[in-house]
Amino acid sequence: MAKQLPGVDVVLVGFGWTGAIYAEKLTNAGLDVLALERGPWRDTTKDFATTFAQDELRYYWRHGMFQEASQSTVTFRNNSAQTALPMRSWGSFLPGNGVGGSGVHWNGQTYRFLPSDFVAKSHNEERYGPLPEGMTVQDYGVTYEELEPHFDYFEKICGICGKAGNLKGDIVAGGNPFEGPRSDEYPNPPMEMTFSQDRFEAAARNVGLNPFPVPSANMSRAYVNPLGLQLAPCTYCGFCEKHGCGNYSKSSPQTTIIPALMKRPNFALRTDSEVLSIEKSADGSRTTGVTYVDTSGESFFQPAEIVVLCAYPLENTRLMLLSQIGKPYDPRSGEGVVGKNYCYQVMSGATVFFDKEYTNSFVGAGALGMAVDDYNGDNFDHSGLGFIGGGYIACYTTNARPIESHPVPEGVPGWGSDWKQAVQANFLKTASVGVHGASMAHRSNYLDLDPTYTDRHGRPLLRMTFDFTLNDRRLSAHLTPVAEEIARGMGGREVVVGERKGSYDSVPYQTTHNTGGTIMGTDPQTSVCNRYCQSWDLPNLFVAGAGLFPQNAGYNPTDTVGALAYWSVDAIINTYLGQPGPLVQT
Amino acid sequence: MFSPTRRKVLKALLFGGTAIAAPSALYAAEYGRGEGMPWSPFRGQPPYHGTLEASFFTPAERATVAAICARLIPNDDGPGATEADVVTFLDRQMAGFYGRGQHWYMQGPFLEGTATQGYQSEHPPAQLYRHALVALDVYCRNTYEAGFAELSEDRQDAVLKGLDEEEITFAKVSAKTFFDLILKNTIEGFFADPIYGGNRDMVAWRYIGFPGTRYDYRDFVGHDGARIQLEPVSLMGRSGWNSP
Ligand SMILES: Cc1cc2nc3c(=O)[nH]c(=O)nc-3n(C[C@H](O)[C@H](O)[C@H](O)COP(=O)(O)OP(=O)(O)OC[C@H]3O[C@@H](n4cnc5c(N)ncnc54)[C@H](O)[C@@H]3O)c2cc1C
Repeated sequence: MAKQLPGVDVVLVGFGWTGAIYAEKLTNAGLDVLALERGPWRDTTKDFATTFAQDELRYYWRHGMFQEASQSTVTFRNNSAQTALPMRSWGSFLPGNGVGGSGVHWNGQTYRFLPSDFVAKSHNEERYGPLPEGMTVQDYGVTYEELEPHFDYFEKICGICGKAGNLKGDIVAGGNPFEGPRSDEYPNPPMEMTFSQDRFEAAARNVGLNPFPVPSANMSRAYVNPLGLQLAPCTYCGFCEKHGCGNYSKSSPQTTIIPALMKRPNFALRTDSEVLSIEKSADGSRTTGVTYVDTSGESFFQPAEIVVLCAYPLENTRLMLLSQIGKPYDPRSGEGVVGKNYCYQVMSGATVFFDKEYTNSFVGAGALGMAVDDYNGDNFDHSGLGFIGGGYIACYTTNARPIESHPVPEGVPGWGSDWKQAVQANFLKTASVGVHGASMAHRSNYLDLDPTYTDRHGRPLLRMTFDFTLNDRRLSAHLTPVAEEIARGMGGREVVVGERKGSYDSVPYQTTHNTGGTIMGTDPQTSVCNRYCQSWDLPNLFVAGAGLFPQNAGYNPTDTVGALAYWSVDAIINTYLGQPGPLVQT
Repeated sequence: MFSPTRRKVLKALLFGGTAIAAPSALYAAEYGRGEGMPWSPFRGQPPYHGTLEASFFTPAERATVAAICARLIPNDDGPGATEADVVTFLDRQMAGFYGRGQHWYMQGPFLEGTATQGYQSEHPPAQLYRHALVALDVYCRNTYEAGFAELSEDRQDAVLKGLDEEEITFAKVSAKTFFDLILKNTIEGFFADPIYGGNRDMVAWRYIGFPGTRYDYRDFVGHDGARIQLEPVSLMGRSGWNSP
């Protein structure tokens, strides 16, 4: 039997990026907030000091800060005819664990989705006619215009470094001319670029594209955010993605929110506490709180007036399924919602090998890059192309740590003398041009509970059924040659193209941009949450994170994740608290 | 903005010694409640370094593994796995949490999966090595009447190629899975920080021009394609820095 604890106003399940956002706003509004976090406490001085943060083996290859698969993992298969097997060790994506979540070891590439991304179904149908059979793309139910102030605020909390391309409708030179209108310039100027970005920029311009500096959460200068917290200039150490920052130079919950939060008497955080289920009242009309387990295996019932799921899309979906909230998605009938529209990201690219010039890619940062958006979203005419959506194409200088990154030209074997010498000859001389493609929802890609494999508490693992769709493949086949063309214009000796081939492979790292499963929308028959990220079933349950995305756009998710969290918490404070109940009537 | 009355009520419930249980601090930690960022001395999480007592490989296994690594990353125009002491790295890895698969999900049933489903062996890395090394020895003795370590380099390469291209298979474990794993681990040992026993004296970093664990390149951002040459540094510093 779970021990009963005293109640709080709000319980947050998970304390990463979204947990920190909800906690800050809700405590500021006077509520008593408790965050329950599965992993340990983590902060800069203790856990990623500059005396040991730069450890590639420990943090990436031995998963120093990620969730341990032994705790819980997902099972995976490409299609429902196969038997899903557990990901015994993480590969394609790396779920975070501990205070700060993945916000500790993200890159900080901080893009807004395009206005058309939020209305992907209605926009594309209006322009190109009905979506093909099986494509379950939907509108968000919230628009870019509504989210704009929240994008702006999240970017100020983070101190994002970039250049506006569209200020209140005016196109500004040097920025991204395709972006939605911004109410304000970025809080900080773009990072200083290196040789590879300079070459990319010139090559992209040459073929008539519009390069702009990637909006970065790695600081271009010292910055004080709206909560009074200070960030320091990035030192381009190159140990950014998959690592914590020892310099206070990367925006994370630790650097931008938590120190302010920890001073507030109405906030508490319990670490090493894994939430097992969301509890419902006897009549099933609301949640009463959550049950969690500590590291001794003892379980507790934590009552709360409001519960917010901030546990990352995969765990948010699993908790809803385990707690039997909302109708599970059934791919055969297409009915049900929880687990529906799981999407990912469609990556491909080209590597440039230089002869004389040195790219010195160890001088880098997680979000140091130049990009073009000419082929993203609906920024180009899709008539007759047979797909919707697109992606950005970027040249980042990041991750040039030698275990992870030692590219060799075409035809070099995988080991032995020839391999070793090719690694040596090219290590300081490569640049990469990547396509960051959208992933459109399809009826056959979804999440549910595995019938066989369980976690250490004996509860079913989440099962992922996913493969790249026809839309994904056509999109990638259309955009990869553009990346190749830019790469060929960068002045190297050789270009090796990495096409998107075959089925989705869960082994090589791609991105930790898992989306869907708890999608938002306009209709309880087709979505889990309403436009305020509130559960259609239990009005005092809110859901955060990229699980809300009905499909994934051609960008990294976190700016949109942050904006949605601020939008939702605003609705809680300004509307829900005055009149607790559904914020959208059905 | 805060509501002090409600706070007081809740605090009374939490700390007032009522019948309601509070979670034990031993098994979960509680932070916040206005106390600011927690801090206590000696709470850093530096990596362990020094020689591990434990060693996993038997002398014969160690000789075979060293010979495999030496062919995967040979000594030719520069140092290879032998000079980097990759076998010591592997021995320590296999003796530790990685070799035991301690952080991996190792519950059954174990089924053969598709390539896109990744590692599905019921053996954690260290056990896989052990079984595969026995099978490799049997294969080499049957085929060449000598252990792998005693074969000529050409023959060693042929055997490794056979494993890589799935022409040689083992009965009990997958030869290909073993090959892929030892190749991955050898590359890790060659390029990881010397703190883990391989990349001795940073030979691999020096060979490719990687300056290691430096933390500030702001002076070099504008290199404009010119080579940046810097002596590497490891988490242990570097030889010239250490006191005698
Ligand atoms: C290597 C890497 C690079 C990335 N780079 C970028 C990038 O450049 N740009 C970008 O936009 N995004 C990037 N991301 C994604 C970004 O980190 C996430 O979008 C963001 O952190 C999501 O916030 P979240 O709050 O939903 O989840 P998280 O920040 O991951 O937080 C979830 C928290 O919930 C906890 N939790 C989970 N289950 C439970 C449970 N049952 N009980 C209690 N606690 C639980 C977890 O331990 C975790 O701390 C990257 C991610 C990774 C891993």
